[in-house]
This record gives sequence, C-alpha cells and structure tokens, in this order.
Amino acid sequence: MRKYNVDLVYGIYDDEEKLLQAIRKAKSQHLDIFDVYTPFPVHGMEKALGLSESRLHIAGFVYGALGTLTAFLGMTWIFTKDWPIIFGGKPYWSVPAFIPITFELTVLFAAWGMTITFYTICGLWPGVKNPQIDLRTTDDKFCLAFDMTAVNESVAKSLLAESGAEEINTKTI
Amino acid sequence: MSGGVVAPVRRPLVEGHKTYHQITEDLCSPTEKSPTRAWVLAFIVAVSVLAFGLFCICWTIWFGIGAWGANRTIGWAYDITNFVWWIGIGHAGTLISAILLLFRQRWRTGVNRAAEAMTIFAVICAALFPVIHVGRVWVVFYFLPYPNTRGSLWPNFNSPLLWDVFAISTYFSVSLLFWYTGLVPDFASIRNRASGFRKKVYNSLSFGWTGSAKHWQRWESLSLVLAGLSTPLVLSVHTIVSFDFATSVIPGWHTTIFPPYFVAGAIFSGFAMVQTLMVMTRKILNLQDYITLEHIESMNKVILVTGTIVGVAYLTELFIAWYSGYIYEQFAFFNRAMGVYWWSYFGMMACNVISPQIFWVKKFRRSVFVTFFMSIFVNIGMWFERFVIIATTLARDYLPSSWSYYRPTWVEIGIFVGTIGLFFTLYMIFTRVAPVVAIAEIKHILKVGGNQYIGENANHGHHDKSHTTSVDHH
Repeated sequence: MRKYNVDLVYGIYDDEEKLLQAIRKAKSQHLDIFDVYTPFPVHGMEKALGLSESRLHIAGFVYGALGTLTAFLGMTWIFTKDWPIIFGGKPYWSVPAFIPITFELTVLFAAWGMTITFYTICGLWPGVKNPQIDLRTTDDKFCLAFDMTAVNESVAKSLLAESGAEEINTKTI
Repeated sequence: MSGGVVAPVRRPLVEGHKTYHQITEDLCSPTEKSPTRAWVLAFIVAVSVLAFGLFCICWTIWFGIGAWGANRTIGWAYDITNFVWWIGIGHAGTLISAILLLFRQRWRTGVNRAAEAMTIFAVICAALFPVIHVGRVWVVFYFLPYPNTRGSLWPNFNSPLLWDVFAISTYFSVSLLFWYTGLVPDFASIRNRASGFRKKVYNSLSFGWTGSAKHWQRWESLSLVLAGLSTPLVLSVHTIVSFDFATSVIPGWHTTIFPPYFVAGAIFSGFAMVQTLMVMTRKILNLQDYITLEHIESMNKVILVTGTIVGVAYLTELFIAWYSGYIYEQFAFFNRAMGVYWWSYFGMMACNVISPQIFWVKKFRRSVFVTFFMSIFVNIGMWFERFVIIATTLARDYLPSSWSYYRPTWVEIGIFVGTIGLFFTLYMIFTRVAPVVAIAEIKHILKVGGNQYIGENANHGHHDKSHTTSVDHH
C-alpha cells in the first residue's frame, strides 16, 4: 500500500458548487490545497484549482509520430532494401499502398503510448492500493483536503465550515 | 454546468429525479445482486450455443475447409459475410463513444458504455472468421511482420487483406483501451461499496483510482484524444474492409462507392444491434430512467438516416452499372437483383431500405416494440447485404463454365450461430461485472440532463413525480 504519510484536515461536501466555492475561497486566501476528490470530473475544477493544462496530448502526438515513422520507414526499408518484390507491376516503393498501415500504426502507437503514460503518471496500475480519505467520494460526496504542515489547521477548519462542509475531519494517509 | 436553469427545450437525459447516490445505487446494484433466474437461463442458452460453435470450429480445423460449402468458384462466402457483418456491428459503439463525444451529444452517456462493450465483443466474433478461414489456424501468426528464419520473409504490405489485419487489431485494442479507461472510475465506485475478496478484485480492476482532481483532468484529456483518434480509426476500418473487395477486379466489387457505402451500412447495422441490446438491457436491469425513450428515438433517427444512405448507395450502384456501358458490370448487377440469389437481394432491399422508412413516424420511433423488431430486421437485412455482395458476385464470374451455386453446410451455420452465442455470453458477463451505464459520466451530465433540472420544473423549488411526465410534452 502506498502511503504519503501526511496529516490532512478535510471537509466533505454534498454538492460540487459548494466545493468549487470553497476552492475559490481557499485560493483567494492563498491556502495550499493538498487534493480534491470527486465522484466525477467537475466542470470548472481545473480553473478553480489553477491546474496547468495536461500535457498528455503532446505525448500523444509524439507517440503518434513515432508510429508513423515506424510504419512508413519500416515498410520502405523492407520493400526497397531488405527484400524487394514486385507486386502487380507496381514500383517497389509504392507509397499510396503504405498509407493504410501507416495510419493504423499512428493511431495504435498514439493510443497505447498515451494510455500507458496516463496510468504511469497517475500512479494507477492493477494491484496499486492508493490511500483514500473517504470511500464516499466515488459515490456522492466531494472532498477538499489540506495538508496540516502547509496550512494552519484552525484556518482550514473555519474555511471548510464557512463554505458549507457537512463533515470536517483529520486523517493521516 | 449549473447555477442557471436549463432551457425547457432540452429533453431530459436522466429521468426520475435522481440524486448522485441513487445513480450509484441503481447502476452498481446489478453487479452486486445474485443473478436472476432469467439471466441464468439465458446464460445457459448462450453458453450452449457457444459450445456448439466451438465444436463446429474444431470440426473445421480437424477436417479442413472442405467441411464448408465454399467451392472453387465461390471461395469467399458464409464466413466472410459473417466477418463483415460483425465488424460492421462493432462500428456503432465507436460512433457513439467517440464521434458523438466530439459532437458534444450528451445523450450518448446513457448508452456509450454498453455500445462500446458491444464493439469489443463484435470485433472478437468478427476476427474469428478470417482466422479460421486461413485453414492452418496454428500458423495464423504468419500474418504479422516479425523477423523470421525464412528470409526474413515479410507479409505483403500492399495487400488490403494485410491492411485489414492492422486495421482490425488496432481497432480492437484502441477500443479496449477507450472502454477500459472509462470503466476505471466506475470500478472504483463498485470497489468502495464492496468488501472482502470482491473489494480486492475491484481494486485491481480500478487500478487504485481515487478520483483526485489532477487524475480527472488527465482522464478527460485522455478520453478526448482517444475519441479524436477513434473517429478516423472507425471510418478507416470499414473503408479498409471494403478495400478487400474494391481493390479487386471483380465486376460488382470494383467500385469506388464501397468505402462510404460500407461505413454507412456499418453504422446502420451497429445501431440496430445497440437497439436490440438496449431494449432488453433497460428492461431486465430496470434502467428505463437512464436509457430513456429519448435515447431510443435518437438512435432510430440514426437508423433512418443511415438506412436511407445505404438505399441511395444501392440505387447509385445500379445506375452506375447501367451508365458505365460495361457489360460485365451490367451483368453483375442484373444478376444480383434477378439472378439465382434474387431472394437475398429482395431481403436486403426490404429490410434495409424499405422497412426503416417507418421511422419517419414519431410514434414508431418511440415505440419499444417496433424498435425491437426493426432492429432485428435491420440486422437480417445487413447480413443479406454482405451475402449479396460476396456470394452472388462470385457465383457468376467471367467464365460461365465455372458458374456455381453456394449453400452453407451445417458446420458453417454452426460457427455463425456460435459467434452469436459468444457475443451474448460476453455481453451477459459484462452486465454482471461492470456498470452497464457509465456512472461518472451520468453524474457529470445530471445537472444539465436530469429531469428535475430542466425548464420550468427547475424554477419551482420542489417538484413531485407528476411533473416528470409533463416534461415529455415540452
């Protein structure tokens, strides 16, 4: 089991609007948010948290380009250098006929590369047991957590209470 | 997403005043309860049919392709028909999950999970046929380009049949990634309700998902790019399948209309299969609030449009054959409609072009009963279409001395029926282990698509059940 070993103070909300308000408030008070857990992707969350845009799609482009090159250069090498064969009187280097496989490998590499990257950078794999603050955050509750070493506990608690948290607790994960 | 009133012209996507917790409850519980008797019975039937299919596959491998009705003239018949049919069915899943995501069609959330599952299972069924047809199944890996001791001798990258290998394996694996990535948060929802061994299994399946904000952000980014990749991919797959025919020099196959015509037909048959499954699933699992009549109507509209496109393609083919002035082409089409297999052409026209026209009538589009029967019709019609293209064309080739007739043997029919058994076995297992409707995505659209948030209902502070029905008439 993975452990962060941090002492957290957290609030549980029953509505994403309250959560977003709380996040905005914390941001305006320059409080460091440890993490937010929600049952679904909440619209406007990235902006409220000030998350930088994910660079995953750039990685996807690189993997895709790798696939294009692998397929096209591979077929070129095979049919012009390694074992040239004439098919139906066409030239050895018959580029139009390479297009379908080049396209398919582009998609294949981009999709697999991105997906594997996604799970790796998120630390998600079969058998990984990531610590969870509250099991209801995959159901209908929204959790906002502060690291007590970064944020004063009483400040955090009053913010959570004022913004309408149903429950306020502390936990070490 | 919220903070205002959703326009009353919007139709609800989720009925029944659901809360987030109720959504979790409704969609997780089918995986938690023990199966009903109806499920067990249906599962036994599906597995038995699958077992018979496996027996027929073993029979084919043992005795060889001679166990089939295919002959020297008609080398491609039943199995390639089935292959194209299944691949086509798969296309609707990707269309719903990817293309409708890019077009921001929110109604897709009710059906995308099951449709994607259908895609994956249909592709598995499809891939079986060419693999068996090669005859020596045990050396089927010769398809793949790998360094070998025979040269290396590579496969022919200029051949549409090899493009097919790449297209279908890419399609299968990318669809699987897309589907599974969508499932991960929902498996976490099940895990957090479970205990003991079940919890362990679902923790593994959910990859330790927690729902952290950064993860969700990346998850959305990944889903969007996978949708963007899947969109041209799904169009390429049936295009390449049509190249198997279109790049040949057989009259009736050698036509440039094939790629768009095959893709439209694929979407058509795929939506029909989605309807068949959804009509049964929503009833059996009690999901009428999530897979609503609205969804069924939307899909029937797609069936109407694509069925009509397919009809236009049939007529275009006939016109071009006549207009080309090429007697072999003219004969091929005359033979299709009036030759020995006239009945399959008739079946195709009746099921694919004429029968979907009843969906111009709103009452029929919204009728579950009509939808179910129509979906079966369309699937039969699309099977006939592939049979018409493949078998009738080959039966009358250039040389009258080699003209022949094809009828399937029991072994071929057994394999086909077996794949239907395989498809339903996999689908039924899926309904037991995974939420059939994407939980997180439904919660995401609840405040724009939930019936309590729509139009004037949302203006009244509270609402009772009687308002639910009135929403339909907006």
